Amino acid sequence: MKIALVATCLGDALFPRAPRATVELLERLGHEVVFPADQTCCGQMHVNTGYLDLALPLVRHHVEVFSGAADVAVAPSGSCVGCVRHQHAMVARRGGDEELARAAEDLAHRTYELSELLVDVLGVTDVGAYYPHRVTYHPTCHSLRMLRVGDKPLRLLREVRGLTLTELPDAEVCCGFGGTFAVKNAETSTAMLADKMANVLSTHAEVCTAGDTSCLMHIGGGLSRLRSGVRTVHLAEILASTADQEVPA
Amino acid sequence: MTDPGVTDLGVTDLGMPTVASDPYGHLRGSEPFPVAARRSLADTQLRQNLGHATRTIRAKRAGVVAEVDDWEELRRAGEGIKADVMARLPELLVQFEEAVTARGGVVHWARDAVEANRIVVDLVRGTGAQEVVKVKSMATQETGLNEALGEAGIAALETDLAELIVQLSDDRPSHFLVPAIHRNRSEIRDIFLREMPDVDPELTDEPRLLAMAARAHLRRKFLSARVGISGVNFAVADTGTISVVESEGNGRMCLTLPDTLITVMGVEKIVPTWSDLEVFLQLLPRSSTGERMNPYTSTWSGVTPGDGPQTFHLVLLDNGRSNVLASPDGRQALHCIRCSACLNVCPVYERAGGHAYGSVYPGPIGAVLTPQLTGIQGTDDVSASLPYASTLCGACFDACPVRIDIPHLLVQQRAAAVDAHTRPTTQDVAMRAAAAAMSSPGRFSLVERALKLGRLIGRSGRIRSVPGPGAAAWFGARDMPTPPAETFRQWWARTRGPSS
Repeated sequence: MKIALVATCLGDALFPRAPRATVELLERLGHEVVFPADQTCCGQMHVNTGYLDLALPLVRHHVEVFSGAADVAVAPSGSCVGCVRHQHAMVARRGGDEELARAAEDLAHRTYELSELLVDVLGVTDVGAYYPHRVTYHPTCHSLRMLRVGDKPLRLLREVRGLTLTELPDAEVCCGFGGTFAVKNAETSTAMLADKMANVLSTHAEVCTAGDTSCLMHIGGGLSRLRSGVRTVHLAEILASTADQEVPA
Repeated sequence: MTDPGVTDLGVTDLGMPTVASDPYGHLRGSEPFPVAARRSLADTQLRQNLGHATRTIRAKRAGVVAEVDDWEELRRAGEGIKADVMARLPELLVQFEEAVTARGGVVHWARDAVEANRIVVDLVRGTGAQEVVKVKSMATQETGLNEALGEAGIAALETDLAELIVQLSDDRPSHFLVPAIHRNRSEIRDIFLREMPDVDPELTDEPRLLAMAARAHLRRKFLSARVGISGVNFAVADTGTISVVESEGNGRMCLTLPDTLITVMGVEKIVPTWSDLEVFLQLLPRSSTGERMNPYTSTWSGVTPGDGPQTFHLVLLDNGRSNVLASPDGRQALHCIRCSACLNVCPVYERAGGHAYGSVYPGPIGAVLTPQLTGIQGTDDVSASLPYASTLCGACFDACPVRIDIPHLLVQQRAAAVDAHTRPTTQDVAMRAAAAAMSSPGRFSLVERALKLGRLIGRSGRIRSVPGPGAAAWFGARDMPTPPAETFRQWWARTRGPSS
């Protein structure tokens, strides 16, 4: 299948291992990945901070770049796909652009979060990965409650050779990131992060994984500050790892 | 670009005020959420009390909701009934008024809090009573009725146990259902010992004994009160019936013993027919207290000769609700049945507590209802901080028994807050710069190159802090990785060649 990669702005600029792993994984599974180089950002930060007017050109740009790019699009981010699927058409309609809203809806139906693409579209749970580490999984809020990915990421992780999966207590509670919330309400965000980190540490996992780079930036930033020794690794990186080539720490 | 009326301060065609009056500051707090939250986050006792209480009630709710096979259908039914009510609220209110009047009640219409308070004060004065007993009521908390009565020399006694605790300690409620959720039982014991005359000085913090002390304290008041004041859970349009749902029996006392009953009701509390109660009386107790069935459900229609209050006044309160109703999306906030399930599942509420919201309506629903009732007036309106008091995690929507899309309303109210800016803020400038950078691939690449300067300040792959006001909020508790040597698009170009 020809798949267009939404690298996400954060993934492109600061966390390139997640989109790289997505490419390597999908190519290993025999698919063709294209990267429309004009892509920038889906506009999620603007939408969720209330700047819907500023988000409108970003939505338009995203739709223009991806509409003809491939059969389907994939992003290694539950929240970016959540924005594309549940907010782009709303932003377009609010801006009075019904044509854009329809195009956004069409693209939204063909845009998938990574675990959705693998399990629902490509019909695979064993991706041939090898990752000999003790791992706990944080189901990010937008994957869980906006996209309803359910246990798809866990089904993928359970098939990874060598991986020991430990259950995260209170897994479904938000980590406290929330985009600009992390800065606007930094103290409440930190209080939520403290509880999430305590739960991660209680699993004695080496690695905390999730399907969203931004939540991992927050959780990982806290774990690093504590010198906890626990790493955060995107789900795509674990699934892309093989016995020959483990994604470097 | 918001819906007309959300931020406009004019007057609609009906001559109704478009936003709430708030004479005692019970809707619009005195400080922004992050400032108030800083205080509560540092309160160890409060954090313990709230964590314990919300965890307990979440587990209880989850248990009884899971028992109901058709819970999702019930939620959809509740949503549908409420949407229908909002679509034809004016005609249903008129129908309801006629039914109440036909059964011997007297209906008053109050445009705002000030008017509602004046009506109630005048009615109580007319009876000559110096004291009233109250059933727990969010509408009268909203209007500050107790303060208004106090200024008129009339003592208002809260009879709900938790409201009594709040009133005795000169505190403010922090939860719809459990107004003293921020207190634990040893604090309650101390309040009773300090504030209740005639209380047994040997009182312990055993819940049964605390309840007995409150019972003895209240019983004398019930038997002597001439006027009762209540709110409303549901009002049936076709029969003129009002329903109050409570757990302690104090409400039943207030609704039946006094000669005069005065009920204050937000106009959104209507359901069309008696049989619609079937849906809500299943949804509400399981969502709120985690009970299968509500213990005390009182219903009455007007006046019944020889049985209960012989004079019944009903005050229909707008106080900004017409403004909320005018917003096609925002009006969903009026579907709320005040179960507080969204508060109990909200990770922000659990940590910051109800007082941080500054409004009698705290938590996720309060964060979307309060700014719509008050309107957002200018850049520094504290109501504008409420919709940002959420990570948009969505737990509130999943818990809501009438499927209010609170995350969507939070985004909508954030947009209303941005539109209300009367001068550019630091955030406005940052967002405009970010939008400009993201609007073209060329500019985005330049930003990526600039970010690489961050590699100069990192140590061991981590950045511990950077200068700048916004940065401090992030780096107070979190590191950042140093920017990568190669962005994704550079890796792609290097390994895959020029891109599509």
